[in-house]
Amino acid sequence: MSQMKNFTKGFIKENPVFVLLLGLCPVLGVTSSAFNGLGMGLATTFVLVGSNSVVSMIKNFIPDKVRIPAFIVIIASFVTIVELVMQAYLPVLFEQLGLFIPLIVVNCIVLGRAEAFASKNSLGSSVVDGLGMGLGFAFALTLLGGVRELLGSGALFDFKFIESDAMLVFVLAPGAFIALGYLIAIINRLNKKNA
Amino acid sequence: MEYAIIIIAAIFVNNIVLAQFLGVCPFVGVSGKISTSVGMGGAVLFVMTLATVVTWLIQNYILVPFEITFLQTITFILVIASLVQMVEIILKKLSPSLYGALGVFLPLITTNCAVLGVAILTIQKDFNLMEGVVFAIATAIGFTLAMVIFAGIREHLDNMEVPKGMAGVPIALVSAGILALAFMGFTGLV
Repeated sequence: MSQMKNFTKGFIKENPVFVLLLGLCPVLGVTSSAFNGLGMGLATTFVLVGSNSVVSMIKNFIPDKVRIPAFIVIIASFVTIVELVMQAYLPVLFEQLGLFIPLIVVNCIVLGRAEAFASKNSLGSSVVDGLGMGLGFAFALTLLGGVRELLGSGALFDFKFIESDAMLVFVLAPGAFIALGYLIAIINRLNKKNA
Repeated sequence: MEYAIIIIAAIFVNNIVLAQFLGVCPFVGVSGKISTSVGMGGAVLFVMTLATVVTWLIQNYILVPFEITFLQTITFILVIASLVQMVEIILKKLSPSLYGALGVFLPLITTNCAVLGVAILTIQKDFNLMEGVVFAIATAIGFTLAMVIFAGIREHLDNMEVPKGMAGVPIALVSAGILALAFMGFTGLV
């Protein structure tokens, strides 16, 4: 598989959210606006690239039996870095994402890529894989956040199109489930057409 | 009285799945049948309560006195992962029947963000140990309640004629949305 294909597979074909249905908690929890979605997506991308590269570098030294705990410690270290950096430089975003930043640790995508890809492949392709999957995740979060923000408050990236509140329910909890359901249906349809 | 408020808030008003989006993965993945949902709920109740107690003790007697609270995320996830493993081993020895009922669900719980989420929330809300335990149990009951209701809906969905593109996960998510809408009716109760 060429590096280019390795990179782009995360966007539509193997998109972690729309196709693999991994890591749904932050997907639903933080996407009340496009900006929050993007921020969360980029934070996860950083953790994915970091953990993927470290895991692929030390894959030969970790005994098979303790590999999962070892991976979790590596992931948790990168999450702590994100937490501290974000708290220092982006306090507003940190406040809004709240609980979901430490919860990147238990995001199935991160551990899933470490186990399924990085522990078997070279450093180069692991970094590319992490970047592709992470950006695919960020893309999904931004898209869902954008749809919800547009329908729910008539704005996009805080830019107001209409003055009054639109369908407020899309910013609230139920809208997250409903919007994601319809988005997945649309992506399924697109994937079928391509195949 | 205070405990009653914590319980009602955790089960209905701030339902962990439908209002806070924690533990959505098992909610969507495991909730195909009512019986498995109950099993999963039982396992979560068990681990969540234990994990909250242990992490609360670690936070207040180790992390805070030594001023290393920035290690919270790493410590908590390690504690939960080893706790799950330990519970699995102990259950296997002591109560094979309970292990038979909960066994398959235990490994899945490590990656259930509801457990880590509740452990962190308990710290953030400044609960004391007893309040933390009540909060964890009530949250787990709320989780089970949402799972069982949702499983009931999904069992009916299987017999419905759903448009092709919506079949499976999409229609399940839309019904979860409607269920969340119903739970929004509890807003303002406490």
